[in-house]
Amino acid sequence: VSAWLTRRRTRILYRACWTVALAVVAVPFIFPFLWMVSSGFKNSAEIFGAPSLVPREWQWWNFVEVFNYQPFARQYFNSLYIALTVTALTLLFSSLAGYALARMRFAGAALIGLFLISAMMVPEEVTIIPNFFLIRWAGLVDTHWPLILLPVFGPQGIMATFLMRQYFLVLPKELEEAGKMDGLSRLGLWWRIALPMSRPALAAVAIITFLNSWNLFLEPLIFVSSLDKFTLPLALSNFTDPYGAPLWHLQLAATSLDVLPVLIVYVIAQRHIIESFALSGVKG
Amino acid sequence: VAGRAEKPNTARGDDAPWLTLIMREAMEAWLFMSPTLAGFLIFFVGPLVAVIWYSLTEWNLLSQQSVFVGLDNYHDALFRNPDFWFVVRNSVIFAIGLVPLNMALALSLALALSGRFPGVVIFRTIFFAPVVTSAVAWAIVWKFLLQGEAGFVNQMLALIGIAGPNWLREPDWAMAAVIVTRVIKMVGLNMILYIAALQAIPADYGAAARLEGASGWQIFRLVVWPLLGPTTLVIMVITTIGSFKVFDHIYQMTGGGPENGTLVLAFYIYQQGFQFFDVGYASALAMIMFVIVMLLTIIQLTLRRRDT
Repeated sequence: VSAWLTRRRTRILYRACWTVALAVVAVPFIFPFLWMVSSGFKNSAEIFGAPSLVPREWQWWNFVEVFNYQPFARQYFNSLYIALTVTALTLLFSSLAGYALARMRFAGAALIGLFLISAMMVPEEVTIIPNFFLIRWAGLVDTHWPLILLPVFGPQGIMATFLMRQYFLVLPKELEEAGKMDGLSRLGLWWRIALPMSRPALAAVAIITFLNSWNLFLEPLIFVSSLDKFTLPLALSNFTDPYGAPLWHLQLAATSLDVLPVLIVYVIAQRHIIESFALSGVKG
Repeated sequence: VAGRAEKPNTARGDDAPWLTLIMREAMEAWLFMSPTLAGFLIFFVGPLVAVIWYSLTEWNLLSQQSVFVGLDNYHDALFRNPDFWFVVRNSVIFAIGLVPLNMALALSLALALSGRFPGVVIFRTIFFAPVVTSAVAWAIVWKFLLQGEAGFVNQMLALIGIAGPNWLREPDWAMAAVIVTRVIKMVGLNMILYIAALQAIPADYGAAARLEGASGWQIFRLVVWPLLGPTTLVIMVITTIGSFKVFDHIYQMTGGGPENGTLVLAFYIYQQGFQFFDVGYASALAMIMFVIVMLLTIIQLTLRRRDT
């Protein structure tokens, strides 16, 4: 019995050491978030004082000042409505195209699949210069159109199409046959049978698309110049003094407002969100 | 037999509706794909053709006219402009620093977190959290942490008697800082891919090896590591391509500096195209990037096909 006890004890000890080691590795992953929020509550003097995780003087005013310094509420709303629009359009177009590629027979399907898959890996930087001239020609510079159109039809949208296609490929044929018997049109088969059975894939596309749009930086940087048309990633580093030096207490308060809602949703739905990324990472 | 012989004749009447059914399905398929395909042509294929054309021209900003100059822009990049090779060097250093560090850390974390024990979900959640965070936000916070003397990292180092460098103001340290913070941001993604691959390995493989008297290290080296091969390959290519695309992170943390020490290819394209308006040269750079990424993708696709 004592041998069993020592073995049990060493196992617990082993487990404990392991957990401590992991906790140490976790510090650079979680500490930046804590420090960000904490510094967002500090005044501009304390922010450079002796480090303390709990602000000595809680400067709630920072979170009001953030909205006075620039049209931050408007910028927040821009990010939100653009991300929602991009997500909705991506879901619609990628599920339609993915359905055709997976469930319908037509000449050239393989070729189109090959074209799309090779486009998926091409960075936006490659096509951004002609796209800029295209958008300028269409008179859409300094509007939100490029921030919606380019992600929906760019590599992101194509990746979503592939994710949907992979999911549609393995749906059982029988249900579709039954649907055809019931006289459903092609659109009806897509809407009433394929889509309801593909909720995990739709959720994955929605989560990844929303986050990508929420965090999009290159396109806003290039296309948007008016303050009230900024999205959050542009606005965050825009809290500066007249000489261009960052006003850290405001930048970090604003950054907290950008990051925290995402993190809260992430912690609540972490299993689904992580699975979504795993699904898209092992894409065909 | 007689019936079969007759069939070609009688089937004639059925032929037409059968054909139209196929044609109808094809037409519907094209309709379903039309938004995606139209967007693909307008925002990808067209621009890709255009960027090839632009790369062969020289733009005059004053007259807003372009002149065909052949391969001059490529010649400029490859042979005349020393900046180009400096930027390529930076991109390669960035990739060589980032990819092995990212993969080693991802695999270690996955091995530690693929099992079930109390707290495993909390750890996975923590290690993955930076992935969902915006690169801009992540870079802003780290820029704040890595400031010269007043920065948190250096204040902590001072406590144990180390005078930390001014991380983002010295080219080599800036490059190291950008690599490490990028790894922390993205490693969670590769970690979950590895965890998925590890969990797909049947448990009795390890058990059988243990019965044969294999040690933990031997099980990893002889059983687990070979089985992870395809995943490792995919992760390696995706991470390498990703490292060539990095823009927002570097733009926010160092702005490509100091002394262009973190000026990588994606940033250089942006700088030449949108800050210096050298459209022809920037387009040639974009084509070079396109070729690099395509080569990496082709390597991945061929290797993966050989595996499966």
